[in-house]
Amino acid sequence: MSFLVDSSIMFTSQIFFFGFGWLFFMHQLFKDYEVRQYVVQVIFSVTFAFSCTMFELIIFEILGVLNSSSRYFHWKMNLFIILLILVFMVPFYTGYFIVSNIRLLHKQRLLFSCLLWLTFMYFFWKLGDPFPILSPKHGILSIEQLISRVGVIGVTLMALLSGFGAVNCPYTYMSYFLRNVTEADILTLERRLLQTMDMIISKKKRMAVARRTIFQRGEVHEKPSGFWGMIRSVTVSVPGSENLTLIQQEVDALEELSRQLFLETADLYATKERIEYSKTFKGKYFNFLGYFFSIYCVWKIFMATINIIFDRVGKTDPVTRGIEITVNYLGIQFDVKFWSQHISFILVGIIIVTSIRGLLITLTKFFYAISSSKSSNVIVLLLAQIMGMYFVSSVLLIRMSMPLEYRTIITEVLGELQFNFYHRWFDVIFLVSALSSILFLYLAHKQAPEKHMTP
Amino acid sequence: MASLDRVKVLVLGDSGVGKSSLVHLLCQNQVLGNPSWTVGCSVDVRVHDYKEGTPEERTYYIELWDVGGSVGCASSVKSTRAVFYNSVNGIILVHDLTNKKSSQNLYRWSLEALNRDLVPTGVLVTNGDYDREQFADNQIPLLVIGTKLDQINETKRHEVLTRTAFLAEDFNAEEINLVIEKRYFLREGNQIPGLPDRKRFGGGTLKSLHYD
Repeated sequence: MSFLVDSSIMFTSQIFFFGFGWLFFMHQLFKDYEVRQYVVQVIFSVTFAFSCTMFELIIFEILGVLNSSSRYFHWKMNLFIILLILVFMVPFYTGYFIVSNIRLLHKQRLLFSCLLWLTFMYFFWKLGDPFPILSPKHGILSIEQLISRVGVIGVTLMALLSGFGAVNCPYTYMSYFLRNVTEADILTLERRLLQTMDMIISKKKRMAVARRTIFQRGEVHEKPSGFWGMIRSVTVSVPGSENLTLIQQEVDALEELSRQLFLETADLYATKERIEYSKTFKGKYFNFLGYFFSIYCVWKIFMATINIIFDRVGKTDPVTRGIEITVNYLGIQFDVKFWSQHISFILVGIIIVTSIRGLLITLTKFFYAISSSKSSNVIVLLLAQIMGMYFVSSVLLIRMSMPLEYRTIITEVLGELQFNFYHRWFDVIFLVSALSSILFLYLAHKQAPEKHMTP
Repeated sequence: MASLDRVKVLVLGDSGVGKSSLVHLLCQNQVLGNPSWTVGCSVDVRVHDYKEGTPEERTYYIELWDVGGSVGCASSVKSTRAVFYNSVNGIILVHDLTNKKSSQNLYRWSLEALNRDLVPTGVLVTNGDYDREQFADNQIPLLVIGTKLDQINETKRHEVLTRTAFLAEDFNAEEINLVIEKRYFLREGNQIPGLPDRKRFGGGTLKSLHYD
């Protein structure tokens, strides 16, 4: 009886998550496009729904909601379905839509998408070889095999994103890094841009007039054909066409210049807006947060280096450590069990919500930057794949932030994975990503003001 | 050369509807083989004989300014685009017949382009909602072009064309629906009707043209 009640609760929450994913898809991602293939929207929402259900189960674990056995059952089922989606459905449909875009292969779409899927499976399997993630006693098609590989990809993604995010966040928040941009700078650039456009126009006018005169005389000077025609065309060239190619080259160079000027002007406008924003109250608040985050970022890099050098993995989670410190050193006595449950719930809840929100925002930004009307389906499916893998590996890593008694279910369900490996791998990739982002941002920052300082 | 006057026409529309192909078609009488994204603005020039064959014949340069980007992008890009909207003689709005959103976005595109000229008179448009009044006293001729007609099923063509007819009426603009195909063709450019030549357009007559 209670199993039915629990299942219906889970089911309603899944419907709710599905609806949220659907709305997000329609109103945020596909704002400018028309949804013609509803399959894509369904797949995206389903992936989102099942990923959120996993997080929900963790929360339920901490709070002790629902029956323990039904929780376990739902964990297993959820994991199974999400692996099915991530390993079978999404790659297959991605391959299908890629193939549909290529006109040549249109007839045998299904065949080629199956081939693509098989190549994906091959590389996916090969991924597990160089990593010490499994004990060999597991069978070929068990959940552990699939999860371990999905975990590797997801953890890499998480570490890359959080390394870049940790460095980029203080860089964007703090106004210390803002270049000084005045109205005069913008006006000068705009004037240069318009002048370049005028030059392009005058050259194109010459080309158009030249083409017209050639065309009007065109009946006589037809394109020479045949052997003698070729010989003749080497010695006697139509004077108009030579000029045209020359002018065309100049026009190409000018067009490239105009594109660069346009991008620079847009950049200046963006910087000016940020300067305006930093003078407001909200801007000052974010500036302060930026300092705080930069300290946090430096601390994280430091901790990652220490972890790698001294080859240690944290044994206890922050909640228990915090409680230990307060009880032992500060001498404050309180009910450990009660508080540890609530604090870990809040902590884990915050981690989950911020990571979901951060991921969705990043995905939206990527989507706007790289999608076009042809490839939008493929890109959304790729984003759904990334999202699913990201959430699965979040579950792997979140295990570290929870007290021992709540870790058991994750360990039980996911089987005997080498969790320590994943944390080590996260630290390594995080360090690499953070350091290269610092390098990248430093170079970009250095290069920009020099461009504007030239008179 | 001094007798050839300037006519500046903007070509606006969402990303990927075919503005660059259209401009290339009009100016070079050729189909664009490898269209790629337009960054910023690309200009092309067409020589047009106004009132050809009559004693009042004059030759004009029509500059087609093909402005790239989407209507919902960052305000810094919008401010940069605004520099192209100065002293415009005509606007061509391009939308994709296979994508409904691109025709809905045309309202916002026209507002963005026209606001540039409305600001000096003190009229401030704060919301992006469509209002027919705003186009009532618009002096700049508008032309609505729908592309990719060949990619719509024969059965659905009628409803698509009626929908776009309403769109053109709302703008008080003239409308052309085209197919820009990838087949090579050679055509005398002067036969294309409906190009803005400093006359006002009225009504919502519907034309369907095929370039074969």
